[in-house]
Amino acid sequence: MFNIHCPYCEEYRSEEEFHPSGEAHIERPKDPANCTEEEWGNYLFFRKNPRGIHHELWHHSIGCRKFFNITRNTQTYEILETYKSGEKPTITASTVSKKTGVK
Amino acid sequence: MKHSNRISGNLASNQSRVDENKQISFEFNKKSYKGLAGDTIASALLANSVDIVGRSFKYGRPRGIVTAGADEPNGILQLGANEASQIPNIRATQQQIYPGLVCSSTNGWPNAETDVMGVVGKLLGHVMPPGFYYKTFMAPSKLWMTYEKMIRKGAGLGRTSLENDPDKYENINQFADILVVGAGPAGITAALNAARSGARVILCDEQNEFGGNLLSEKVMIDGEPAQAWIDSSITELSETDNVLLLKNSTVNGYHDHNFLTIHERCTDHLSDNAPAGSVRQRMHRVRAKQVILAAGAHERPLVYANNDVPGCMLASSVTTYINRYNVVPGRSLVLMTTNDNAYQTAFAWQKAGRHVAAIVDTRSSAGEIVTQQATELGLNVIYSSVVTETKGGKRVKAALVATIDADGTQVTSDASEIGCDTIASSGGWSPAVHLSCHTGGKPNWRDDIQGFVPDDFNKDMFVTGAGNGIYALADILKDAAKIGTAAVKACGLTAKRASSAKTDEVEVAPSMPLYLAPHSKPSTRAPKQFVDFQLDVTAGSIEIAVNEGFESIEHVKRYTALGFGTDQGKSSNINGIAIAAKKMGKTIPETGTTIFRPNYTPVTFGAIAGRNVEEFFDIERYSAMHSWHVEHGALFEDVGQWKRPWYFPKAGESMQDTLNRECLATRESVGILDASTLGKIDIQGPDAREFLNRVYTNAWLKLPVGRCRYGLMCREDGMVFDDGVTSCISDNHFIMTTTSGGAAGVFNWLEEWHQTEWPELEVYFNSVTDQWATMSLSGPNARKLLAEITDIDLNPETFKFMDLREGEVAGVPARVFRISFTGEQSYEINVQANYGLAVWEKLFEHGEKYNLTPYGTETMHVLRAEKGFIIVGQETDGSMMPDDLDMGWAVSRNKEFNFLGQRSMSRTDSVREDRKQLVGLRTKDPKAVAPEGSQIVFDPEQEIPMTMVGHVTSSYYSACLGHSIAMAVVKGGLKKMGETVFMPQADGTNIEAEICSPVFYDPKGDRQNV
Repeated sequence: MFNIHCPYCEEYRSEEEFHPSGEAHIERPKDPANCTEEEWGNYLFFRKNPRGIHHELWHHSIGCRKFFNITRNTQTYEILETYKSGEKPTITASTVSKKTGVK
Repeated sequence: MKHSNRISGNLASNQSRVDENKQISFEFNKKSYKGLAGDTIASALLANSVDIVGRSFKYGRPRGIVTAGADEPNGILQLGANEASQIPNIRATQQQIYPGLVCSSTNGWPNAETDVMGVVGKLLGHVMPPGFYYKTFMAPSKLWMTYEKMIRKGAGLGRTSLENDPDKYENINQFADILVVGAGPAGITAALNAARSGARVILCDEQNEFGGNLLSEKVMIDGEPAQAWIDSSITELSETDNVLLLKNSTVNGYHDHNFLTIHERCTDHLSDNAPAGSVRQRMHRVRAKQVILAAGAHERPLVYANNDVPGCMLASSVTTYINRYNVVPGRSLVLMTTNDNAYQTAFAWQKAGRHVAAIVDTRSSAGEIVTQQATELGLNVIYSSVVTETKGGKRVKAALVATIDADGTQVTSDASEIGCDTIASSGGWSPAVHLSCHTGGKPNWRDDIQGFVPDDFNKDMFVTGAGNGIYALADILKDAAKIGTAAVKACGLTAKRASSAKTDEVEVAPSMPLYLAPHSKPSTRAPKQFVDFQLDVTAGSIEIAVNEGFESIEHVKRYTALGFGTDQGKSSNINGIAIAAKKMGKTIPETGTTIFRPNYTPVTFGAIAGRNVEEFFDIERYSAMHSWHVEHGALFEDVGQWKRPWYFPKAGESMQDTLNRECLATRESVGILDASTLGKIDIQGPDAREFLNRVYTNAWLKLPVGRCRYGLMCREDGMVFDDGVTSCISDNHFIMTTTSGGAAGVFNWLEEWHQTEWPELEVYFNSVTDQWATMSLSGPNARKLLAEITDIDLNPETFKFMDLREGEVAGVPARVFRISFTGEQSYEINVQANYGLAVWEKLFEHGEKYNLTPYGTETMHVLRAEKGFIIVGQETDGSMMPDDLDMGWAVSRNKEFNFLGQRSMSRTDSVREDRKQLVGLRTKDPKAVAPEGSQIVFDPEQEIPMTMVGHVTSSYYSACLGHSIAMAVVKGGLKKMGETVFMPQADGTNIEAEICSPVFYDPKGDRQNV
């Protein structure tokens, strides 16, 4: 069971208090009406599901009820950082060595 | 009368942990035996010369106790004196005896001693190759269930109780700086060092006493017998406030981020003798900053022909039975070993006054110390040899011994026979790496110790002692002290200097890497050489699997069932891997291990559930008027976690009678529904309107204060996922209602969009479902009744349909919404929840003259279906768009903001004309009520498989209309009004119906507007 640092509560809490909400940083197109079917379909249905570094949206649902982001290694389940909604990750697949999973 | 194997007097070990003065009676396979306090079932049975504890899984061969711990493959028993207390999968080697204990073998028919399957196994053994079940029972597949039942019965895998478990269990959350797994010399030393530095420490061990292997071995620590050191160390730890000591506690799972589960068996050693109300087992859910694995190692048996005959045991377990339990499990011993350590078994045996027939050492020479000791004791040591085969059926009668070549691949002489009744073997030790692998670690092979050790996958984990391949006690104590302080530092605490107890350094000669003792015949021809006793997997069958092309050890495992038993192959995995590796021409590290998964040993479900059972399994939610409903005979329906009144039957009524009465009363006078369970979300802020406009499909910017509006909510894919009425209380204040089951989901949905996409909108959400009690009055007399107890002006010219008013009802503050889910004149009264029951009762006081009738969810369903109102989750299933429901009127396509789901409504797939669309159905036979879920076809004559074009979503008998009504989704249904469809039933009949509008009653909506 994950031990998750809520960036709003600034505390580690057990996974039981949280709920995952899929891939992070899926931005809604600014002008949906003018999206092609393909663009809209990509937004709606296509997700990365990477092996390794992944950015996920989580909800502190039985806590402060804030949505925030987690950078997680999907192979080791290690959480590399958590950050607030609207912020950008400091650790990404390109900043991390593929072999070791760390910088 | 068999000779007792219990030794006493001068022969007895002075370190034994059994109490000669406390006899305990217990029952095994319907016979009564006596053991001593401190015995396990295994030690007590061995003391009573019970050789056979069960029959093998596949061949029905007699089997005896092999080990003295968690790795036991044979002594798997059924425990329990009565039906309710039945426990399967008890390891005889780990279960302490208590007065009145009743246990039995799980297989063997008519009993383990005389077994019919044993004969069958002998006859059929050669026709049951690996993959036998796959090959034999694959076809015809429909017979598999029959085969499986037979095989399971024959195999005997234990059973659970047919009654409810009467025992209490609990979960407890623990936080620790350092969790030390295993309380042998390594664990105790590490814990002492950690505790002395002030760290919060949990030290736990699966055994009933602390000390680990020291309980079995005769060694000196700090100049005294080891037990003195154990006692003083445990005393020190128990007197330290920051230490929690747990015995009878197995760490069964190592989960992500250093979350470990400890399964504590609090009263399993007492059973019915435990004080009333005791907790039987406790699951500690531990979050530890650092974990120190000091879990020790399992000895590997050597594999040789007929090595499963009772009397064949692990060398170290024989030592354990002698030293710890004062039990010598035989008269005459042959010891086969690849290492110096196992010599202790022969020494202990000899000192206990029994005969050692021979020590068979696979090496050409042994270490100086043990060689000298063996000479002093006058023991016969045979070098460069193995036991190739055992003679005997229900007990070992002799060992066949032959010389082998230097690398142990073949025998180099004819075998000679040595009479004995016990063969102890040791192929070295395998560190218990299990826990280190649970989260994904892959153990590393070390040639120098011929074993796998944990890797560094887990970042906040240390390993010490035999679990890390350190076997000399002096080295263990030094290493564990260092690890203890290192873990303290890793927690960010200041560590005191590492300190450890002293013991003599012992020189040992290298052990020999050997897993399978060669036989004059190849493994596939030799008598069975068992690798996995629990599942009857032989060396020959592993070789056959490799020959048949299985290259991955995971596939070999699945094909042969190696390690599939409840022991999870603790004693067999490494031997199996080594045998497969050799056959494939690979090294052991190239072959790798199979994956170790939680749990380390079987765990009772009760311990996992803890107190979350029965009414605590899932919470039940009640409305403020619940007690009234119970008193008035309501039957209840589960809606999410809510208990909602389903219908209120009167004496002698059938369910349909009740529904008819409730429906008619509502349509003719007035009915009342407890609608408190509807989700209610209070939405405030200057941007509340804009927010609603974005999440609902219809327009919200101009909704006047005091007005209500029905809204549809869609996901971004355009599918309806909730609906409800939202009312404008003031310009910046709205109250949203959701479906009863969807409230939490809608609340999350609103918050997610606000926080992640539109944080610039100033809007606040608050769930107020439980704060309000809601009662819906419906029917032509609703207004008259309400007028008697409210100060609100109900004049229909001013308080119109879809208006909201605030005032007092029954003397308490209330919000009254003129909304209707029945199509009747309706008032939805909302009061503070704690006033709910009083207001409800007041309504009934005044309502008697109007025949005020309470109704439940079923009548609500009928009344709304008569009006064609949808229920999200009944008419919709996540694939229905507003247009599919013919609810385009609730979608406003020219809002400035492109609302959630709007873009998807113009996707190619969304505008297909043959989408399933919501329609009404009138059955040809007005009394026929088609079952909900009935599939719909256009052509009833078509051959199976028929083309299914939709299904019935709602179907009732309408008392008001005098015929059945149904709602259904039908492909292209909106353009098929008046056409005939058919609903084929399981009994072969066909219900014929005509497609019509789903609004069956008062299509113009006059009644709700009066």
